[in-house]
Amino acid sequence: MHALKKNRPLRRIVLASAATVSGMVMLLSLKPHSTPAAAVAVPAPTSSSSSSGGSSGSGGSTGSGGSTGSTTGTKTVTGDTVQTRWGPVQVRITLKNGKLTEVTAIAYPTDNPRDQEINSYALPRLRGEALETQSADIDTVSGATYTSDGYRQSLQSALDSAGG
Amino acid sequence: MGTVFSFDVRGGDPEAVRAALREAVDGLHRVNEVFTTYRDDSQVSRLARGELTVEECDPLVAEVLALGAEAERTSDGWFSTRYEGRLDPTGIVKGWAAERAARRMAESGASGVSVNGGGDVQLLGVPGPQRPWRVGVSDPLRPGGLAAVISAAGASELAVATSGTAERGAHIVDPRTGRSAVTDLVAVTVVAPQLTWADCWATAAFAMGSREALGWLESLPEVEALLITAGDEVRCTGGLAARLG
Repeated sequence: MHALKKNRPLRRIVLASAATVSGMVMLLSLKPHSTPAAAVAVPAPTSSSSSSGGSSGSGGSTGSGGSTGSTTGTKTVTGDTVQTRWGPVQVRITLKNGKLTEVTAIAYPTDNPRDQEINSYALPRLRGEALETQSADIDTVSGATYTSDGYRQSLQSALDSAGG
Repeated sequence: MGTVFSFDVRGGDPEAVRAALREAVDGLHRVNEVFTTYRDDSQVSRLARGELTVEECDPLVAEVLALGAEAERTSDGWFSTRYEGRLDPTGIVKGWAAERAARRMAESGASGVSVNGGGDVQLLGVPGPQRPWRVGVSDPLRPGGLAAVISAAGASELAVATSGTAERGAHIVDPRTGRSAVTDLVAVTVVAPQLTWADCWATAAFAMGSREALGWLESLPEVEALLITAGDEVRCTGGLAARLG
């Protein structure tokens, strides 16, 4: 893989849709500047890999990740339900031999047709991002990820429960 | 701070690492409580209104303000801890807090530490034998894609910080005008030993625009950078190539 990707035409095409994604991310975002931040309870860490929400605006993280299966073979882990101002977001991940193979949103806002329209477009994109990032043999990512906060928090909690 | 911190810790005594992790997470919550500008009753909000003096605040406040002043001098005012004339050290707190948490983990005896605070990363040690930490740099113009991969090979400590408009819109303010920075950049990624500075330099460089930023970043010791313009050009400092993995 080239260290620097210079795929100009593709980038330009995606730029237009990126604006749409940003709009969607705003809708799912947890950071209204006008409301005070709510503290998020941090569960006691159970492994050497953990995450913590510094604060999450109007949202709070509830529940805890549960996992089934063993460390080898296929393992399914459900992330925390993260409350956003538009409703709860929760993801479930599948790992095969420690590798992320599937990300499914099992809860997301569906109260109105606009929610449904946004989610039918956004959730596959967010899922693709999670899978692509891990395929590059990297430990972490710096910079914008276009991931809505709720989705990211639930995904992170699922990964943490899976034992990193 | 409205962001997610992730820890990836390798090696060390599990008990000691677990205790350090609890301390590091508690430390982040304490930092949030003291420094948040989202709450009117935080120490920094009260300091900004003149209801508290720096001496009456948690000692961390004086530490951060001193670092902020140094960042302002080094960046010739492009980095600032004031917003609309009011004290707002938010721009330095996230990177500083993530670096502080990472160092707490390393002190516990862990052999490899990676702390990612909202897309800004501090790496210490190594994740395993014969293997350096590797950090993807998110491509601001291609959601889900990577613009580059940075390797920490040969460095016992390395930080990667990215500033840009992509995820949170135009949130970087030009301290000279008080308005959103007018810049030809969509993202600046700075690679340096310490996240406190990498984060500040990325913010300052973003506000400068590509031409001034590249020259300024080249002048800083132990600092490399990758700049992506709205015109989809990628510009790098001379030494960045050695860090690409």
